[in-house]
Amino acid sequence: MTVLALSGVSKHFGAIQALSDVSLTLRSGEVVGLMGDNGAGKSTLVKIVAGNYPPSSGEMTIEGRNVHFSGPADARSAGIEIVYQDLALCDNLTAAANVYLGRELTKRMGPLRLLNYKAMYDRAGELFAELKSETRPRDLVRRMSGGQRQAVAIARTRLSEPKIVLMDEPTAAISVRQVAEVLNLIRRLRDHGISVVLISHRMPDVFSVCDRIVVLRRGTKVADKAVEQSSPEEVTALITGAIETA
Amino acid sequence: MAREEVGMVTSLEDAISRQTHGHPLSWLTSRQTFWVFLAAVIACVTLSLVTDTFATERNLFNVTRNFAFVGIVALGMTAVIIIGGIDLSVGSVVVLSAMVTGMTMAAGYPIYLAVPLALAASLAVGLFNGVMVAFLKVPPFVVTLGVLSVARSLAMVLSDNKMVYQFGPDHQALLTLGGGSTLGIPHPVYFLVVLALGTGYFFRWTRWGRHIFAIGGNEQAATLTGIPVRSVKISVYMFASLMAGITGVLEVGWLGGVTTNLGQSMELSVIAAAVIGGANLAGGIGTAFGAVVGAALIEVIRNSLILLGISTFWQGTFVGSFIIIAVLFDRLRVSRAND
Ligand SMILES: Nc1ncnc2c1ncn2[C@@H]1O[C@H](COP(=O)(O)OP(=O)(O)OP(=O)(O)O)[C@@H](O)[C@H]1O
Ligand SMILES: [Mg+2]
Repeated sequence: MTVLALSGVSKHFGAIQALSDVSLTLRSGEVVGLMGDNGAGKSTLVKIVAGNYPPSSGEMTIEGRNVHFSGPADARSAGIEIVYQDLALCDNLTAAANVYLGRELTKRMGPLRLLNYKAMYDRAGELFAELKSETRPRDLVRRMSGGQRQAVAIARTRLSEPKIVLMDEPTAAISVRQVAEVLNLIRRLRDHGISVVLISHRMPDVFSVCDRIVVLRRGTKVADKAVEQSSPEEVTALITGAIETA
Repeated sequence: MAREEVGMVTSLEDAISRQTHGHPLSWLTSRQTFWVFLAAVIACVTLSLVTDTFATERNLFNVTRNFAFVGIVALGMTAVIIIGGIDLSVGSVVVLSAMVTGMTMAAGYPIYLAVPLALAASLAVGLFNGVMVAFLKVPPFVVTLGVLSVARSLAMVLSDNKMVYQFGPDHQALLTLGGGSTLGIPHPVYFLVVLALGTGYFFRWTRWGRHIFAIGGNEQAATLTGIPVRSVKISVYMFASLMAGITGVLEVGWLGGVTTNLGQSMELSVIAAAVIGGANLAGGIGTAFGAVVGAALIEVIRNSLILLGISTFWQGTFVGSFIIIAVLFDRLRVSRAND
């Protein structure tokens, strides 16, 4: 079943054409690797899906229904979670506060609605344990290592029962052991029927976990094929432009 | 066996978290607010010992009331500083609010009409500041500097730059509101306590509070995660203006009259109070309690200058140096933490 379909999506920032006429489908439980050189438009594409920008033109459907997101909250309620490339963390807040940023839990007390610190600490702690991360919910993000920060950003995607998880270079700053953990997580998501878009520059990761590879070059989709029918060499050539399309 | 392992893991985690969070006493002494509080207490004790004028009922009454005015405005300023902004227009909002109250009542209208009108005028100023900053991306320093001039000028136009001291039928009610006292404590202090508790509650226990800290910490992240950054910013500037507006109403009652120089250069004391109380001008850090303690310290020092017979011309030097020293302290602490 097709979960997400983009058709003819373009995006420009002033004079910069970040994406031109990109069409893409994502089936449930499918893991798609999105690759491309720096500035190819990968982050822009996932941010459009996550409701951060509206596309300049083109259509987006979720499970066959046309959608227009006016913000990330809309995308989340449509079942889309994202790990941002720069992680989008606030250094002055705790790990748990960052996990729940923009969807803080509250509890009623008489006429008041108070932040539910305990529930957020507890759940964040469970998520970090699940990710086998050393991150502690009450610690300030300012004092955290690169891997711990990444765990915080990834933990956000586990708060809901999403249909689609977008990961923009989730393994950029972490150790071999934690990379394996993230790849395992992606497989677990897939086994639960959740679709994943993985942006990564690490060829082995993409080839070990993805079903399909999509390559963007200067905002245009130049390849979209099953991993078995491709090879790291071909993908490299597609990214650099040594091969035009495949 | 499995259970034992779990037990071990939790106790290990406990141990680690105890270590990182430290002893309660070392937590306390790491807080700027604590040292400022201590400084204020020491200053009070010293002044009571070396002068016989400080610990008099009359003087304490004046100090606490003045401190309440700076403190209330500093609560709003702290919120603005937390989101990484600044509001230079608060002193002018004080006079605008005071003038609207005074003129409305002088025209014979009752206090329950005049006060909401004054607060509405204050909120309108905050709305303007907020929209300029949030939607048109004008730097807060520039917007509020402009409004500092505009709001005071409007107060002058409104009053034709005359002193207003006849407040119509509710004259006495207004004087009691801002100038009276209950159980020996001036009314503005009650306002300060209630507003400080309310502000503290909003900062710590509401989503709005969480969002202002997030915006100050990383505005980009706040936007990406779907926090309504622009409306939160507008609400913060409106909150700051509201605090200034309330202070304006109370100050007319205290003074028994309004002139257009009311609240002049108040923004300096207020920013100093917020910063001394631990608010970080880079954004993301600040507390309501800190604002109150900072205001207390400034007012005690200011009062001590007067009591010790030092010319009032020196006050600006002290307040200005205080801001610089507080920021410098913060810089030193940050650079030490990074070593
Ligand atoms: N908010 C923005 N405003 C203006 N230009 C932008 C914006 N976001 C992206 N761009 C431009 O769009 C193009 C695509 O950027 P994008 O971040 O999508 O690339 P990317 O494929 O994610 O690159 P990388 O591998 O470096 O992360 C770039 O030329 C970039 O400068
Ligand atoms: Mg990118």
